Amino acid sequence: MSTEAIQPPTTSIEFDYKHGFHDKEKAAITTDPGLSEKIVRQISALKNEPEWMLELRLQGLQAFESRPMPDWGADLSEIKFDDIRYYVKATDRGAEDNWDDVPEYIKNTFDRLGIPEAEKKFLAGVGAQYDSEVVYHSIQDQMAEQGVIYLDMDGGLREHEDLVKKFFAKMIPVNDNKFAALNTAVWSGGSFVYVPPGVKVDLPLQAYFRINAEAAGQFERTLIIADEGADVHYIEGCTAPVYARDSLHSAVVEIIAMPNSHVRYTTIQNWSNNVYNLVTKRAFAHEGASVEWIDGNIGSKVTMKYPAIHLLGEGARGEVLSIAYANSGQHQDAGAKIVHAAPNTSSTITSKSIGNGDGRSSYRGLLKVDRGATDARSFVRCDAMLLTPESRTDTYPYIEIEEEDAQIGHEATVSKIGDDEIFYLMSRGLSEEKATSVIVTGFFEEFIKELPMEYSVEMNRLIELEMEGSIG
Amino acid sequence: MSKTKLLEIDALQVERESKEILRGISLSIGHGEVHAIMGPNGSGKSTLANTLMGHPSCEVIGGTVNFSGQDLSDLEVNQRANSGMFMAFQYPMEIPGVPLTTFLREAMNTRRGEGNEIGVREFRKTMLEKMELLNMDPAFASRYLNQGFSGGEKKRCEILQMAMLEPSLAILDETDSGLDIDALKIVAEGVNAQRGDHMGVLIITHYQRLLTYIQPDRVHVMVSGQIVESGGPELALKLEDQGYDSYVNRVAEGV
Repeated sequence: MSTEAIQPPTTSIEFDYKHGFHDKEKAAITTDPGLSEKIVRQISALKNEPEWMLELRLQGLQAFESRPMPDWGADLSEIKFDDIRYYVKATDRGAEDNWDDVPEYIKNTFDRLGIPEAEKKFLAGVGAQYDSEVVYHSIQDQMAEQGVIYLDMDGGLREHEDLVKKFFAKMIPVNDNKFAALNTAVWSGGSFVYVPPGVKVDLPLQAYFRINAEAAGQFERTLIIADEGADVHYIEGCTAPVYARDSLHSAVVEIIAMPNSHVRYTTIQNWSNNVYNLVTKRAFAHEGASVEWIDGNIGSKVTMKYPAIHLLGEGARGEVLSIAYANSGQHQDAGAKIVHAAPNTSSTITSKSIGNGDGRSSYRGLLKVDRGATDARSFVRCDAMLLTPESRTDTYPYIEIEEEDAQIGHEATVSKIGDDEIFYLMSRGLSEEKATSVIVTGFFEEFIKELPMEYSVEMNRLIELEMEGSIG
Repeated sequence: MSKTKLLEIDALQVERESKEILRGISLSIGHGEVHAIMGPNGSGKSTLANTLMGHPSCEVIGGTVNFSGQDLSDLEVNQRANSGMFMAFQYPMEIPGVPLTTFLREAMNTRRGEGNEIGVREFRKTMLEKMELLNMDPAFASRYLNQGFSGGEKKRCEILQMAMLEPSLAILDETDSGLDIDALKIVAEGVNAQRGDHMGVLIITHYQRLLTYIQPDRVHVMVSGQIVESGGPELALKLEDQGYDSYVNRVAEGV
């Protein structure tokens, strides 16, 4: 069938020319819509992958096909799997799409956030190049001296096959869930990070810098390995809305934190509001290690994301701090999953969500203390704030405790933004929009203060933008 | 003296939750004057304060209010503030996650307008000076707005905001309630430091004691949504002595 063929779009050269790219040798490669074994094999062949990776992909495909759609969480019935292109070579994306097709609201937001021209195009999915190579390479050099490996996932597989083979799909098995299985079958891009024992990476690693190297994509796959005593902070995404032509984003992120290491993974995602964002994230924390997921979800049509931490070694610590902002037409089904599987482990989950318009946010969390995990301590807090009577919030906290001495705290609040608070701030001269955004920013403060400076500034500006037009 | 009054209230009638609370209030405050409105609970004093500031629950059904020559009904709450009106709240709101400094600088800059923003250092210096005057721990600057503040701390924080925003009219809505005598003196000092030709004050209070420390030019007695007597500072002392009973009875008989 022709739909299964991988063929260069005939117009790609013209588009390349139009956007000022003259690399005629580079053929654009995109699979036709739909998914089949043949397509999976072709993706693997295109990347010259080892046989075992192809095997994994095929297992992924099988698991994806055999598993039913989740019957819980958000409504996914409108995803049209047959319409999706499962592989688009990242460097060709800009050549295919047109800046003129990017919705006005996205462009306006870029302007208001002050996003540089080159970055705009990348974020809008119409720019193949992002001019950060220089910055990226200087960071690369510094890190290389310390033995840190920071590559895109395809590069990681090529250059460090042994490490990848050892850990890939070990935290999140191939058949873990339908969308992780899909990712395993068709993954492309994402990051591979290895930090050697005792090495502390001072600057946060930002996926931003690696945009040229197929960092982003619909089915990105990230693997972070922190060896004993290592310390690393990885940041993905940015506050600007990312316009995706394809409506399904299904990423997988795996982290392994070896004894006494520390890994923080910060995400800020602001997908355009046509995107189903279905992401599986899981970390294993060994003895004395600590893992933090700092997770911000702003855009998309539907998000389902529950960053997980398995505390496998004594004294391991896990933290999930997440925010979700559900505007009209959006459903943010987000939360966290923590498994205490060793003695003397501790965890905290903090979830803050805001509903605006008819937006809906749900907190869905699992806290589990296994038998043998004595002296476990955990505190779960979820706060929701509703800006409109039409917005909605739900909480689904699941707690399974198999050790009697576990100390578990759980707290949930729902608040409405009140006339009196708005009146108070307006009586000091703030407009109604400004007053609302001040309250919302305050509500997200715990999250924002964990972000590096430039991100927190952007985040504040973004909240202001989101409030504009939502009032009056 | 300027020809236009700072505040001119004429036959003001106000409903709250479909109930008429203010029944024809007339009152005028000149620039730099300090007026006190005293009255028993439920007389409508706080409704008057909230109506002036523009609380959405206060519906003006009759009369007019002129503030610095502008018809108040044309102005949103924030426009009133930016025209120089300030209200110290009886129950200041707690706004979690919003540091006092951040908020105050935002408010000041909104007031000053684009291109005329106050520098970070100048702001900080001014703020610390005013805080010292109000005997506030500088640590409050980085605390979240009113969150976890005691009643007295909240009231001092209101006066701090007043001192920073330099309004032309400050409305103090029961600022003395819940304050011990030391806190009351500090708050009064804060107001006195500020009063003068450029700031008029409308003090809303149940008790006379705040007026011992802030000498009013005029005192008005409000009962059942009407002003039943006006006079000089001596009126406050008379009320302290005799209470509101005679006024309440008179109004009850008159109805």
